[in-house]
Amino acid sequence: MADDQVKLHGSWVSLYSFRVIWALEIKGISYESIEEDFLYNKSQLLLQYNPVHKKIPVLVHGGKPVCESMIIVEYIEETWPHNPLLPRDPYERALARFWVKFVDDKGPAIWRMFKSRGKEHEKAKTESLEMLRTMEQHALGDKKFFGGDEIGIVDIAFGGFAYWLGVVEEVVGLKLFEDQAFPRLHAWSNDFKQVSVTKRNLPDPHRMLVFYKDVREKLLGFTSS
Amino acid sequence: MEENKVTLHGVWASPYSKRVELALKLKGIPFEYVEEDLTNKSPLLLKYNPVHKKIPVLVHNGKPICESLVILEYIDETWKDGPQLLPQDPYKRAQVRFWISYLQQQSSGQLMLIIPPDVMGSITSDGETQEKASKELFEKLKVFEEGVKEFFPDGTPCVDNNSVGILDILLVSLFGAHKVQSEVLGIKIIDQEKNPLLFSWITAITELPVVKEIIPPHDKLVAVLHTIRNAGLKSPAALP
Repeated sequence: MADDQVKLHGSWVSLYSFRVIWALEIKGISYESIEEDFLYNKSQLLLQYNPVHKKIPVLVHGGKPVCESMIIVEYIEETWPHNPLLPRDPYERALARFWVKFVDDKGPAIWRMFKSRGKEHEKAKTESLEMLRTMEQHALGDKKFFGGDEIGIVDIAFGGFAYWLGVVEEVVGLKLFEDQAFPRLHAWSNDFKQVSVTKRNLPDPHRMLVFYKDVREKLLGFTSS
Repeated sequence: MEENKVTLHGVWASPYSKRVELALKLKGIPFEYVEEDLTNKSPLLLKYNPVHKKIPVLVHNGKPICESLVILEYIDETWKDGPQLLPQDPYKRAQVRFWISYLQQQSSGQLMLIIPPDVMGSITSDGETQEKASKELFEKLKVFEEGVKEFFPDGTPCVDNNSVGILDILLVSLFGAHKVQSEVLGIKIIDQEKNPLLFSWITAITELPVVKEIIPPHDKLVAVLHTIRNAGLKSPAALP
């Protein structure tokens, strides 16, 4: 039925896309996946649905577009409340939203590290490490996942960055996310990749490596820093 | 512990602080206000917000909540009396969150003072950079105006004490003092002719008694802005 139809304009290389996929999959929502070539050739539909930012992901529900990955995730949560991604208690919800914001504010340092060299690269490296340290120290506690025993909204927000960081590390030729330095996050990362929803929905690392190596070459003219 | 004890740690000139104050007042929530000195942060603040060490922090029954927008959603979910800050409908909520994110997007996050982050570029520099920054701000506001037009089907914003929402709060925190900013900077931040919807919207919000109560006095704001501008022109790095 046109009213209920869910479509996701996204890309297999985008962690932001995967946040939405994980949310939809956890809730068991059927959706049509539309692959966008967001770097080199955006579709007319995408530009129509997201005229302000012209970015993926965009969720289209009953013909109405929702933009910005974490806004989409909250929309999914509120529209299909079963298998909740947020806790019930307002205080716990506030804590979850705090960490989602933190991830979104600090996470892009990883991209800046990927896209740059020299001073800018070093600065972004420091910021990425700081983010990891703060999350290691303050965000997880003794829990298995940020959401507790099951993955929740913070796991969805951060999961992509953690996975993509591995690709960036390999392309750039450095190692930030060391297990000794980040034991909690490392354990979390392994658990996260084993969850059935994420296990079934993560891009092939080899394909990603090839893709991102190419992007970096085009940006900087070489791969390692 | 006192049931429902609410404390707000803030700074009088901070737009982020003002947002929370406004939300609390709109909902009729009694609270204690603690003015923090950002050059000498209290041990309590550092304990409540170890990650960012920033204001505002709302403390409810001893539990701290940080980040102004997170606090606003918390307030909306915890106290159901008074205006609903966010709409009920999930799609409308997504739209409101989108525009809030848009307005916030260039937040430098560092200057917790009355200048909206977009205007920061304007006040710490002269000539070309100021013009560029003010052009970018105008373009951004134009996109915002076009985008929110669908919230106002008959063209004019209707704001009253019972219908103030999170977007109104955000706008007044960022641009409520636009006349002061315009006065100090010598450029029009919100132009009545070029941004008619925004101008009338912000004017309507700032006319509300509850908003008038919390907006700092004109002269005090002018003085602070001048101080920042002078410090910024000498050395932007010196700004707190």
